[in-house]
Amino acid sequence: MSGTAILRTEGVTKKFGSLEVARNISLSLPVGARHALIGPNGAGKTTLINLITGRLKPDAGRITLDGEDITTVAAAERVRRGLTRTFQINTLFPGLTPIESVLLAVCERKNEAGQFWRRLTGHAEAVDEAFAILKQLRLDDAATRETRHLAYGQQRLLEIALALATRPKVLLLDEPAAGVPKDESAALFSVIAALPADMAVLFIEHDMNLVFKFASRITVLVAGAVLVEADPEIIRADPRVREVYLGQAHHG
Amino acid sequence: MRVETTASGPTQTWLRRRSRITAVEIAFWLATLLPFVLFPSYLSLASQIAIGALFALSVDLVLGYAGIITLGHAMFFGIGAYAAAILAKHGWGEPLTGLLVAALVAGAVGFVTSFIIVRVQHLALIMITLGLGLLTYELANSFSSVTGGTDGLGVEIWPVLGAFDFDLWGYTAYGYALAALFIGVLLARRLVNSSFGLALTGIRENSARMPAIGSTYRVHLQKIYVISACMAGVAGALLTETTGTVSLDTLSFQRSADVVVMLILGGSGRLYGGIIGAIIFLIARDRLSDMNPQYWYFWIGLLLMAVVLVMPGGILGGLSRLVRREAR
Amino acid sequence: MIGSLAVVLFDGFAFGMLLFVLSVGLSVTLGLMNFTNLAHCAFGMLGGYAVVVAMRSFGLPFLLTLPLAFIVAALVSVAFERTIFRRLYGAGELNQVLLTIGLVFVAAASTAYFFGTGQQPIVLPHYLQGYVEWGGLRFGSYRIFLVVMALVIAGLLVLGLEHTRFGARVRASVDNQRVAQGLGLDVDSIFAITFALGSGLAGLGGALAIEIVGLDPSFGFHYLVYVLIVVAVGGLGSIGGSFLAAALLGIFDVAGKYFVPDMGAFLIYLFMVVLLFVRPVGLFGKR
Repeated sequence: MSGTAILRTEGVTKKFGSLEVARNISLSLPVGARHALIGPNGAGKTTLINLITGRLKPDAGRITLDGEDITTVAAAERVRRGLTRTFQINTLFPGLTPIESVLLAVCERKNEAGQFWRRLTGHAEAVDEAFAILKQLRLDDAATRETRHLAYGQQRLLEIALALATRPKVLLLDEPAAGVPKDESAALFSVIAALPADMAVLFIEHDMNLVFKFASRITVLVAGAVLVEADPEIIRADPRVREVYLGQAHHG
Repeated sequence: MRVETTASGPTQTWLRRRSRITAVEIAFWLATLLPFVLFPSYLSLASQIAIGALFALSVDLVLGYAGIITLGHAMFFGIGAYAAAILAKHGWGEPLTGLLVAALVAGAVGFVTSFIIVRVQHLALIMITLGLGLLTYELANSFSSVTGGTDGLGVEIWPVLGAFDFDLWGYTAYGYALAALFIGVLLARRLVNSSFGLALTGIRENSARMPAIGSTYRVHLQKIYVISACMAGVAGALLTETTGTVSLDTLSFQRSADVVVMLILGGSGRLYGGIIGAIIFLIARDRLSDMNPQYWYFWIGLLLMAVVLVMPGGILGGLSRLVRREAR
Repeated sequence: MIGSLAVVLFDGFAFGMLLFVLSVGLSVTLGLMNFTNLAHCAFGMLGGYAVVVAMRSFGLPFLLTLPLAFIVAALVSVAFERTIFRRLYGAGELNQVLLTIGLVFVAAASTAYFFGTGQQPIVLPHYLQGYVEWGGLRFGSYRIFLVVMALVIAGLLVLGLEHTRFGARVRASVDNQRVAQGLGLDVDSIFAITFALGSGLAGLGGALAIEIVGLDPSFGFHYLVYVLIVVAVGGLGSIGGSFLAAALLGIFDVAGKYFVPDMGAFLIYLFMVVLLFVRPVGLFGKR
């Protein structure tokens, strides 16, 4: 096992009335992790991400980022401390162009977004950084096209671009390949492969190709609780995992 | 794999062109000088329009750019108007400091109320802005010893910069109001084309994404609300100073509603939309003022419905769509 | 003194009951369709004028014109809903506000054109005139009638929502429109019928209002603020909330005008702002 955990959840629990959406979830991400979170629909994967990022408040448990307890820290502040997520459903700025969107994220990070007296083009470093990110994600050609006019695969890449602009220590990807057609998913794969080695990545995915290609550790979530957490080969061979995915039919 | 590079040519050009000054804009400002020469008997109307345009611009900043629906912005207009009037009533009629005081007072009230405004949405937000506007009106009505109540106040304003008397013809009034509008537009322009303007657009486009990029966007909203309140206060003070009077209608719901109509007419979120809307609305109202007021409401109502149904971007929105179609 | 206080409170409560009938329809349709219909009171005004015309030109007795007011307002409103309003579902509050305010302008101007700007008095049947004596105090008969009507309507609404199939469908659509549609509910028709019922109630409220507050072309505006306060404070989609908020508003408005005429309106607005800040969904609103 590599070094100390950069993100840790301990016994995170959440209930909506009598519906338990997260049951005593404990997870530990080391620096540079490539950790996949899989499970059937409704297992609570996105809910867990919402709990980790602060969109939801847990009923019990603790969340630690780089040694600091962030359980009660506001969502925006968690991003500033290096914990960023992408959304399963594109949550972009439809009327802004990619360069504007990423530039906004960069300015926010540098605390330059409130400077109403300064021309946008005056933020030279921020502009350069934003463009570099777009180039990294092969979005530089579409940089000045309105987000709503981008191809779906490009929009998914923009989701990641916005996240990268915040320079996260921990990146949570919620189904990055969701809905991306086969011919556009190659770009996505290469982007994920090229993520910095010192960035811890937790990703939710249904696409098993992606999961087994990139994950060095897999957690299986079922009905809000961790079924098993292990290395990919063990998960692949685990009969319980197959049962959970193949359905309720009892073959004896 | 960190690729160190500067932004591509096309992107940089695009960013720069975003905020470039167009020939149309220059033509517009030159045209604003025409009333001095061509319509000298309408100068007082022209200064009313300039003041209305500045007020509409202030509302555009919160409504069009930040997406905060307000039906009570006359509150700040009236507070500025009364601030300047009360200052003059107590012996200090210097107009420029009057504007400054109005901006400070309106801004202070805006700051206090901004804490409420940024924490509510939808119907609650509309009702709170409406309620705040209405209660300010009632407050001013009650404290009639200070505000003059329904009679209002008459004040004496000193000459601008010590030299320009507020004459009966309205030359000083229009020049003064126009200069204030010009400065207001310059400030708004810079603001809208800054990273702050980008942040406001981000909030309007998708406020859910803002915390996810680390933005404490409520602070942004409070900032623009205060700036807008200052601008509205200055507009109100201008009215007091150019007319020498102030009355309760500066705080009325009618004024709050009219300015929203002007903004929608011209197109919100487009910097000049409020100005265009103010020009059309106020000229039309002046021309039709001898007409039965019922007619006015009928046509304005119909126009409002038509704009919302057919041209939601207002006049500037419709024009820009036309331009884009031609460009293709 | 206590005597006059009791009468003032009763008058306030009666006014509140009028506001309830005027507002409850908007609360339900706003909660159901999320469509900010500021023309709601204009439909109320329509109901009022329908009564005036029916009584004056057709000699119909007052009680008979009440269902007429309901029906006229319901039909006209649903015509607008099917043709114009539904284009703006999901178009954002501002556009809905502006569209419906524009409609109020047009309605007010048209009404002034046809009926003039003066108040439209009507003559009530004799059994609704005068007052009833009780405990040495005089309570207006019409106001008693108003209270009874409002209570009956409230009862019918609650019964209708809780105990009929249609009511269950409305509640399902309010709770979760997409799921309701997925279950095969014709959400579109439910919207139309509910909208008609809500606006019909406004029309009825407008008719009942003639005797209490008068009817003129500015009715659509003047009572809009009251109605919005009731809806916002009571909570969208809540009949109990509308009832309570309307009663409170009515009492405070009348008592305020009586006891603290200078500060009455100010205090009401202040209370509303504070309440909405502390509880933006209103007293009984959800989400």
